[in-house]
Amino acid sequence: MALFETHHLHKRFGDQVVLEDITLRFEENRLSGIMGPNGAGKTTCFNVLTGRYKPDRGKVLFAGEEITGLPPRRIARKGIARSFQTMNLFDEYTALDNVVLALPRVRERGFDMLHNLSANGDARDEAAAVLSRIGLRGHEYSRAGDLSYGQRRALEIGIAVAAEPRLLFLDEPTAGLGTEATVALAELIQELRRTITIVVIEHDMKFLFGLADHIFVIHWGQVIAEGSPDALRTNPWVQRSNLGELA
Amino acid sequence: MTLTKRLHDWLTIPMLVSFAILGTLPLWVEAVGLYQYLGLEILIWMIFALGFNLLLGYTGLPSFGHGAFIGIGAYAFGLTQFNVAENLWVCLIGAVLVTAAFGGLTALFLSHRKGIYFALMSIAFGQIYFFIASQWTSVTKGEDGLLNIARLPVELGVTRLQIDSTPALYYFCFVVYVFCVLLLWRLVNSPYGKVLRAIKQNDQRVAFLGYNVVLYRWSVFTLSTAVAGLAGGLFAMAQQGAYVQIMSLQWSGIVVLMTLMGGGFVSFWGPVLGVALYFAARDLLGAHTEAWALWFGLLFMALMMFKPTGLAGICHDINARLSRKPVQPGPALSESVR
Repeated sequence: MALFETHHLHKRFGDQVVLEDITLRFEENRLSGIMGPNGAGKTTCFNVLTGRYKPDRGKVLFAGEEITGLPPRRIARKGIARSFQTMNLFDEYTALDNVVLALPRVRERGFDMLHNLSANGDARDEAAAVLSRIGLRGHEYSRAGDLSYGQRRALEIGIAVAAEPRLLFLDEPTAGLGTEATVALAELIQELRRTITIVVIEHDMKFLFGLADHIFVIHWGQVIAEGSPDALRTNPWVQRSNLGELA
Repeated sequence: MTLTKRLHDWLTIPMLVSFAILGTLPLWVEAVGLYQYLGLEILIWMIFALGFNLLLGYTGLPSFGHGAFIGIGAYAFGLTQFNVAENLWVCLIGAVLVTAAFGGLTALFLSHRKGIYFALMSIAFGQIYFFIASQWTSVTKGEDGLLNIARLPVELGVTRLQIDSTPALYYFCFVVYVFCVLLLWRLVNSPYGKVLRAIKQNDQRVAFLGYNVVLYRWSVFTLSTAVAGLAGGLFAMAQQGAYVQIMSLQWSGIVVLMTLMGGGFVSFWGPVLGVALYFAARDLLGAHTEAWALWFGLLFMALMMFKPTGLAGICHDINARLSRKPVQPGPALSESVR
């Protein structure tokens, strides 16, 4: 059984069909990818999978349980985390505080109005360990808004990782990154995949083909192909949509 | 954790300074040409504004109809005194609970909204309560207001303290102020306070971390109105009456103005500074010109244009300069709010 699957998802905005009959399966302990040209519906697909949009039709299952149409907070509590294509950090907070807030132990105490969070050494140690894992050791007390673009990207992922997810969705993690930062990010994702099932949306085909075990190709709101990176390179549909050349 | 650290979690230097200034105010207020009742007004509005800032400064929710809730608190205090029991604690608890109930009901409609929609709906609710209070004359006595609300004695079991005089009532309000400051300070530095500030910065991300943003907004609105209810109860005692004017849009605007000018967005102490500035301006400027509100309005505009972080922002700058540190908003809001 796949860890996460969708069956025949449909989504439209007004008279525009954005997703049509999308069926996906993400196996546990594998890194899956979703690729497609700009405007193909990748991010909308992610938003439907993580609860931001409700699908018009179809089913979403996580670990065998139907989660179709659940709000983001309930999906997150089931063990699904995501990062965002556009930065979604708490800019006024330090990097450490950004991560602290994502920890399940802090979330469970969210309505605690009397204890001083700064004095919670365990939570701060745990958050510091996450920052170290994503390469931000030494930046614990830097304001998120003051970090470099690459560091903010890493923190974006760090917040998602801190939530201790079973499944992590990464939306265009290389967007805006230079070559060096992209290589560092690939290393980070390789490290994370050892413990977390990951799904990556990416327009950088080389990046995705170098990482993923299985890729779904979305075009015109439909899955036009799927398979391993090697199989997709020769797939006629992929070739026809110019994605094969890019890969 | 050491005792010093534990103490520092509860008490800070600005807190002690505010306690020292306000605790001695009746001793020197007349020497600077002001009067005892002003101190009462200041304390009560500080309590109200500190509660209000949970919404505006900490959660980023612009409630522009909040004056209604201090008014509801005042009416609830008076009605409890006339109809339930002539006991200070019962009346204050009645004021807090009734106002929180109205706040909780209002928040059911507001907590799904933010930004301009939240602001407009808060004005609408504020106006609804204002008109109910002014028209429901059998209960509120309309424009005349509830008169003859007594300054009830403080029952302490073994003894009873009379607080009919203004200085005595002042010291009772001061104790309530200290209680509110300690409690609210804990609250804004707790996990709950951290989540509120995160919601202000990026509510979408907070939801994707598994927090129920709507429930947090509902709870903080209700909590803020409960504090307003407490302030309203004290105000009813101070004025020895409950009047509908306090529920008007004008007074709702004034608490926003106080909070912004004081620097509620960057400091816990913003509302306290803002309230002090407003009343000082009203009485000191007002002694020289009838157009004091015009000058105060111009001061507000100047502050918002050149120093939108308000008086607290200026204090932070001075502090940074004195300690020869570069002026930075960080390392975190949790630090800068001190």
